[in-house]
Amino acid sequence: MFKSPLTGNLGESYAGGRSATAIRMAGYGAIVIRGSSETPIYLAVHGDKVYFRDASGIWGMRSSYTVGRIIRELEPGAGFRTIMRIGKAGEQLVSYACVITETYRHFGRLGLGAVFGSKKLKALVISGKHSIKVPDSRVYREVYDKIFDLAIKSPLMKKYHDLGTAYNVTPLNELKALPSLNLKQTSLEEAVNISGETLAENYLGRRVACIHCPVACIHLASLREPYEREPYFYKTTMVSYDYEPLYALGSMLGVTNTIGWLKLMDEVEVQGLDAISVGVVLAWATEAYEKGLITDRETMDIKLKWGDYNAYIEAVRRIVAQPNEFYASLARGVEYAASKYGWLDFALSFGGNEMPGYHTGLATYITYLTGSRHSHLDSAGYSLDEKNIKAGRRQAPNEMAEALFKEESWRQILSSLVVCLFARGIYTSSTVIESLKAAGFSSKFELTEESLARVGVEILKYKYMFKIREGFNYKNLRIPKRILETPTPLGLLNEEEIRETINIFFKFLR
Amino acid sequence: MVYRLAVIDVERCVGCELCMFACSRRFGEGGLAKSAIAVRSIGGVERGFIVIVCRACSDPPCAKVCIVNALMIRKGGGVVLNQYKCIGCGRCIDACPVKAVFWNSEINKPNICVHCGYCAKYCPHEVLKLEKVV
Ligand code: SF4
Repeated sequence: MFKSPLTGNLGESYAGGRSATAIRMAGYGAIVIRGSSETPIYLAVHGDKVYFRDASGIWGMRSSYTVGRIIRELEPGAGFRTIMRIGKAGEQLVSYACVITETYRHFGRLGLGAVFGSKKLKALVISGKHSIKVPDSRVYREVYDKIFDLAIKSPLMKKYHDLGTAYNVTPLNELKALPSLNLKQTSLEEAVNISGETLAENYLGRRVACIHCPVACIHLASLREPYEREPYFYKTTMVSYDYEPLYALGSMLGVTNTIGWLKLMDEVEVQGLDAISVGVVLAWATEAYEKGLITDRETMDIKLKWGDYNAYIEAVRRIVAQPNEFYASLARGVEYAASKYGWLDFALSFGGNEMPGYHTGLATYITYLTGSRHSHLDSAGYSLDEKNIKAGRRQAPNEMAEALFKEESWRQILSSLVVCLFARGIYTSSTVIESLKAAGFSSKFELTEESLARVGVEILKYKYMFKIREGFNYKNLRIPKRILETPTPLGLLNEEEIRETINIFFKFLR
Repeated sequence: MVYRLAVIDVERCVGCELCMFACSRRFGEGGLAKSAIAVRSIGGVERGFIVIVCRACSDPPCAKVCIVNALMIRKGGGVVLNQYKCIGCGRCIDACPVKAVFWNSEINKPNICVHCGYCAKYCPHEVLKLEKVV
């Protein structure tokens, strides 16, 4: 948790990889980083020892991959450590810089990378191999086996093991809910080129798992490129792909050339940016350029054009380098850039955070607007929309607001326990209670379904107390006109209905 | 019948480490302190993983360097650790060429694979198998 440089308000970000387990295995429940360093450093926590290491030699390095490689050689704990690091974007304080962990996972949203950068903290390495005692080993093994079986047999396991989250491109495109070309459209004819199927068939090189998860949803594409001037000389890069970046750097920008998308994705990784935010920022800039609202003077002669991945790769570099005021504004997010240059109507951010890849209906926007992080995962309105689409109904605002409030409250429990949200179907409240008991928490907490639900609501209220203290007021939430102009699978949205649902949602928070 | 744990297809390994956690869970605890199996990337997860398990050598180098004979030759290969004899000197770690002797720093003794195959039961991707030794 942190204060977001992007929204100026509550910052919270989650990542896969090994960081949660590594922190626990090192013997901690949480790590708090206060203050900042004068010179670049990285922190290494190995069990009960904490080392402050000089990082001036790796500060300013071009690629975040290289930073990872170097630290990997310097530090012990191979196989059970986490290496969280920032790229140049974090050093340059881009408001949506991410923290990369285990090379291919990210604390993506809301600018944790810039927070690290402002502390001159290049990386954080954590490792440990503690034992964790449980009160009754038989019960522990039984509960473990039950969850293991559920995970192995869950249909999600197959879906996400086979195609990864990229699976979602095709159904959302068919549903006409895949935001494309800055949400001027909701599907693209060539979306198949950036679909999970195409990527798996032609580029999938390796699947990787987060620690202690059988699913292995992390999909790495192998991009083989020839060197122009030397025959039979190739470089092979592994690029991780997931649904959200396929939307933000793909459909949103009209980049449906598979290799082009992989190259753009790779550059975003090299720089260490949040793929969703940078995609949405560039989509806004492209439309503004198309309409002649910004010109070559601002873009410094980069001709932003839907689908032109080479232009986007160069633009990504400039957002990080910030050679002029325009790029420096883009580096602060679409809300800032559009407030400065105008054209907020098609600047797709909610609560200051760039939009995720679902134009499914009313519920998804209620989530973006009311979610404490303004993330699609706060209360998963998109999933509620999909249910409503299947049932062929328009849900009444009060029913929707209540469902989303309940969902977001329950997710406070899941997130506090660092449960992957893909596994939310497995971790029902009874499974959560059983697990906590097996882990020895029954004497420390009141473990009933009601008490968990109550704690969830309390956590959410605390987050909102912080948000309000920092200036949040739901009455001031901006609704970009664009979302009202482009029909969703559930029809056109209207502002009144959105405001009404938001109002009801916030009544639950009182 | 005597068995030995084998890595049958390391290319299928996804690095989930379920096997490592399973190994410590045999002792009825969570964590990794007692694991006698290790998985790590080959210099970055993009290159894949190595799974380090005891090979069940018929003439185990670890046993040869143990000065108190705490590592007894196991029928079918490998060794059996006698915890009470072990003085925690760590020479066995250096002797193992595949680095399959792991260290439990909580009790300062080695973790030695007993070839029970508990880890293989939890490997979701058919990397590990308990094989019969003829
Ligand atoms: S359980 Fe199997 S796939 Fe997972 S790390 Fe161990 S060997 Fe690899």
